[in-house]
Amino acid sequence: MSNNLVAILYLVSALLFIFALRGLSHPESSRRGNIFGIAGMVIAIITTLMFKSVLSYTEIGAAVLVGGLIGTFIALKIEMTALPQLVAAFHSLVGLAAVFVAAAAFYDPVSFNIGEKGYIASSSLIEMSIGTFVGAITFSGSILAFGKLQGTISGQPIVFKFQHSINAIIFLFIILLIVFFVIDQSPSIFWSIVIVSIILGFLVVIPIGGADMPVVISMLNSYSGWAACGIGFTLSNNLLIITGALVGASGAILSYIMSKGMNRSIISVVLGGFGGEQSGAVKGDNSDKVVKQGNAEDAAYILKNADSVIIVPGYGMAVAQAQHALREMGDILKKEGINVRYAIHPVAGRMPGHMNVLLAEANVPYEEVLELDEINHDFPMTEVSFVIGANDVTNPAAKTDQTSPIYGMPILDVEKSGTVLFIKRSMATGYSGVDNELFYRDNTTMLFGDAKKMCEGIVKALN
Amino acid sequence: MDTIVAHSNDVFVIGLTVFFLACIIGYYVVWSVTPALHSPLMGVTNAISSVIIVGAILAAGPVGFDISKIFGIIAVTLASINIFGGFIVTYRMLSMFKKKNKIKKEN
Repeated sequence: MSNNLVAILYLVSALLFIFALRGLSHPESSRRGNIFGIAGMVIAIITTLMFKSVLSYTEIGAAVLVGGLIGTFIALKIEMTALPQLVAAFHSLVGLAAVFVAAAAFYDPVSFNIGEKGYIASSSLIEMSIGTFVGAITFSGSILAFGKLQGTISGQPIVFKFQHSINAIIFLFIILLIVFFVIDQSPSIFWSIVIVSIILGFLVVIPIGGADMPVVISMLNSYSGWAACGIGFTLSNNLLIITGALVGASGAILSYIMSKGMNRSIISVVLGGFGGEQSGAVKGDNSDKVVKQGNAEDAAYILKNADSVIIVPGYGMAVAQAQHALREMGDILKKEGINVRYAIHPVAGRMPGHMNVLLAEANVPYEEVLELDEINHDFPMTEVSFVIGANDVTNPAAKTDQTSPIYGMPILDVEKSGTVLFIKRSMATGYSGVDNELFYRDNTTMLFGDAKKMCEGIVKALN
Repeated sequence: MDTIVAHSNDVFVIGLTVFFLACIIGYYVVWSVTPALHSPLMGVTNAISSVIIVGAILAAGPVGFDISKIFGIIAVTLASINIFGGFIVTYRMLSMFKKKNKIKKEN
C-alpha cells in the first residue's frame, strides 16, 4: 500500500472518530456516533495490518482475540454503578500500552522508521520519553484511582509533609533522566524513566479524596490522550496525534467542568487533601438543634399531596442501588398527575454523567433529567424536593458561610422548595466533612435509612 | 534561505500543525456534548485512545522473535481489551438512553 493511501485511510479513521464524539451532542444521534467510532477503529487496524512489515498475523490475531474476549466479558458483566472504576481500569491499560509501544520503538527503531538502535534521532527520543512518562503516570494513577473507587484502598485523601515538594523534585528528576536518555540512549535509563514515572503517578493521586474522583477520572482520561499523542509524535503518525488530542481535550474539558462544579481550581484538586482532614473544622454547635424525622409513610403522604416533585440523586443512590426503586416511586407519582423531574448536579456521583447513566438504566426518560442550570430556578415553585444520596451539593452553606470549605460551590437550591425530604443513612457529614444546615430547617424532614429500602417503603405506602 | 515554500517537510512540524488543529476541533466538539452523556463520552474516548494499537501492531508485525515484538504483542492485547471493552460499555450506556416507548415492565 502506498504511503498516500495509508495517510488517507488514517484520515478517514480520524474523521470518523471526530463524528463519534460529535454524535454525543444528543442521545438520539449518540448510537450512530458509537458506530462511527467502531468503523474508524476497524479502518485504522486493517490499514495497519496491510503494512509490508506486518507479517505475523497469527500472533497479532491471537493477541486481539484474547484482549477482545477479556474486554467484551468485562464490559458485558459490569454493573452500571461500578462504571467509574471500570473507566479508571481502562485508562490504566491505555497508559501501559503506551509504555510498551514506546519500549518497542526504543528496542526496534527500524520497524518504526526512526533510526537504528543506538542511533535514534534526539527528537524521537524526546517524544518517546514524553509518551512513556505520561503513559506510566496514567497507568499507576489510574490503578490507584481504581483501588480507591473499588474500595480496596481507602478513599480518604492521604496527605503527608512536603508532599508537593517531593512531587516537584521527582518531576525534575524525570526531566534530568530524559536529558540523559537522549544523550546516552541506554535501556537502563529508559526503564528508570518508566519506574520513576510510575511512582510519581501514585503520588499524584494519593492525596485526592473520594468526592474529587470525578476530576481525577477526567484528568486521567486526558492524560491517556496525551500519552497517545506522545506516541503519535514518536511514530510520526497523524492518526495517533489527532485521536490523542481529541481525547486529551475531552478529558481536560471534563476536568474543568467538574472542578467548576465544586468551585475549585484544577490545581487545588490536583494538589489534593480535600475532605477527611477538615472534619475537625466542623462546628459542633448543631448538636443541640432539632431534626425532624419521618418514615416512609410520612414521605408517601407528603409526596402524594404535592403538585410537583424534584428528585435530587447523588452517589448514595448509586451505592444503595436505589435507582430502580426510585423510578418506580416516580412512576406512581406521575400516574397521580404529579410533575416529577430529576435534578443532576455536575459533580454528583463518581464520574461525569454518572447519575444520568444510572437513571437511564432504571428507564427514567432523559427528558425528565435536568442539569443544574436548567432546573435550579424551578425550586421555589416546587412543593417537594426529594434528596436521595446527595448531601454537599444541596448544602446552603455553600452560598452563605464564607468559612465553609465548600463556599462558592454552585448548589441545587432545594431549600427554596416547600418541603425537603432528605434520605440519609445517618447524621454523618458529606465527603467534604461539612455539616449540612439543611437538616435542621423547619421545612426539612429527614428519612433515615438505606436509600433503596426507603424508596421501596414509600412505594408500598403509596399503593 | 533560497526560496520560501508554503509547506514544511519536517514531520515534527507537520505533526505539530495537526496536533493544534485537532486540539481545537476537540475543544469545540466536546463542548457540544450534552452533559447527560458525559459518561458515554469517557467510554468512547477511552475506546478511541486505544488507537495506539496501530503502533502496537507495527511492533508486533515483523517475523522472528525479539523483545520489541513481545512488547508489541502485550500492547496489542492491552489495547484490544480497551477497544472492545470501551465500545461495548459505551454501547450499553447509550442503549439505555433510547427513547422510552411504553414497553411493558417485566415481572
